[in-house]
Amino acid sequence: MAILETQELTYTYSPGTPFEKTAVDHVSLKIEEGEMVGVMGHTGSGKSTLIQHFNGLLKPTSGKVLLDGKDIWADKDKIRDVRFKVGLVFQYPEYQIFEETVYKDIAFGPKNMGLDEAEIKRRVHETANDIGLSEELLERSPFELSGGQKRRVAIAGVMAMEPKVLILDEPTAGLDPAGRDKILEHIKRYHERTKNTILIVSHSMEDIASFADKILVMSKAKLFCYDETVKVFARADEISEIGLDVPQITRVFGELRRRGLDFGKEVYTVGYARDLLLRKLKEREVR
Amino acid sequence: MLRDITIGQYFPGDSVIHKLDPRFKIVITILYIVMLFSGGNYLCLAVGAVFTIGAILLSKIPLKMFVKSVKPLFIFLMITAVINLFFMSRGNVLLHWKFIKITDEGVHTSVFMVIRIVLLIMGSSLLTYTTSPITLTDAIERLLSPLRKIKFPVHELAMMMSIALRFIPTLIEETDKIMSAQKARGAEIDTGSFTTRAKNLISILVPLFISAFRRADELATAMECRCYHGGEGRTRLRQLKSAPRDYIALGVTVLFLAGVIVLGRLF
Repeated sequence: MAILETQELTYTYSPGTPFEKTAVDHVSLKIEEGEMVGVMGHTGSGKSTLIQHFNGLLKPTSGKVLLDGKDIWADKDKIRDVRFKVGLVFQYPEYQIFEETVYKDIAFGPKNMGLDEAEIKRRVHETANDIGLSEELLERSPFELSGGQKRRVAIAGVMAMEPKVLILDEPTAGLDPAGRDKILEHIKRYHERTKNTILIVSHSMEDIASFADKILVMSKAKLFCYDETVKVFARADEISEIGLDVPQITRVFGELRRRGLDFGKEVYTVGYARDLLLRKLKEREVR
Repeated sequence: MLRDITIGQYFPGDSVIHKLDPRFKIVITILYIVMLFSGGNYLCLAVGAVFTIGAILLSKIPLKMFVKSVKPLFIFLMITAVINLFFMSRGNVLLHWKFIKITDEGVHTSVFMVIRIVLLIMGSSLLTYTTSPITLTDAIERLLSPLRKIKFPVHELAMMMSIALRFIPTLIEETDKIMSAQKARGAEIDTGSFTTRAKNLISILVPLFISAFRRADELATAMECRCYHGGEGRTRLRQLKSAPRDYIALGVTVLFLAGVIVLGRLF
């Protein structure tokens, strides 16, 4: 069964004023348990609005959001439980840090869940380990850490709630390449350990191509497509048309195809391209 | 919740009201306030209401926005009404029950005060709705410029005001974002008992202050980089020029004010 589902989800900002704007327009999709989903779309395409519906921060103007098959707005008083099941990490999450120590900040979410001290301690240590924060950092003030470390503290703060679905809005924005790779690597490791569903919003096609099982593309408030990574990048032309990039390697192979060398449309990582080319070369030698 | 705050919100447009010289608009608004408070009877208030509605219609801003501007002050209005209702001892007693005494004078005053305040809010919202904060502070600077003679830091004051106004929406947006982020971590902000809500306020205020200081720092650096050094010898991109319509508007306002004063004396 789909863990997260939307049915004809629509959201309009400031209805009835000159600023009225439909940010999400009749979006229906199903996200299966354990998937790693990449979310792409232009600034203003509605992807941030969409993900804020998944944990009930925004209430749909019309349509439904189902978690485990149940409408999350069926009981308004239970909306907090939804937020513990669907963890949302905002853009630049380090700006939400406020506690005196890293430990306390990561423990904020679990504490709100009403867990006991021992359980909170276990979770803080486990997630700190998952995200690559060493033990001695836990007693430091989060404000003296580096940008990348702060970011990881903030992500750990949501992970520590052990949500069944973890949503990250551009977790690597504004970081240097080393910090970016580190965060993606730790998220991947967390995914392997917990097998939880993860959604990552990203503008970097290379990043998305490297981790996503499926890709969700938003364009002009509408769902453009939601499919397996191979199938989405196979539609490279359409994706370029709505103003988004495809991975560089996909573009290279598109150009090769135009010039008469067709290697198929499923090339989107450098590793895969390398293996493919080596195989083709070998075949030629045999002949 | 926070998105409902409309103080200082500007609605771009090109109506007559939008085009008025901001200096005249400020003076007109001051005269308008005098008008509302100089008339002591309903007839004066009716004249004030006609003036307000006329100006609102001319501005072409939906009436809904003005209703919205009054909404946050609803509780304040209610308190004003109730206090006037119960504590006015003059006039004929309409109802007397234990220590509660309601007089016709009390009913009259509370209704009168509520209408007066609503008009006041609507009228002054019209000023901020139709004038961008930047031009508004420009105008204030110009209106206060005579004070420079007595070494009053007019330009600095205007600059501080425009920066403060400029950052209200930014800070509201920021607060909204931080609130969402903490709510996503299960903080009870709109719900829960008073103590948990108060405690959770810290989780919003600390990041908000940190970001405000960061922004202030960045802004100071950016101003420094552009060699900003105060008002001495500074010229402006937009010169304020008055047009005939400004004098007409001022004239109309003065007439209304005179009318209200006369009506207040006659009846």
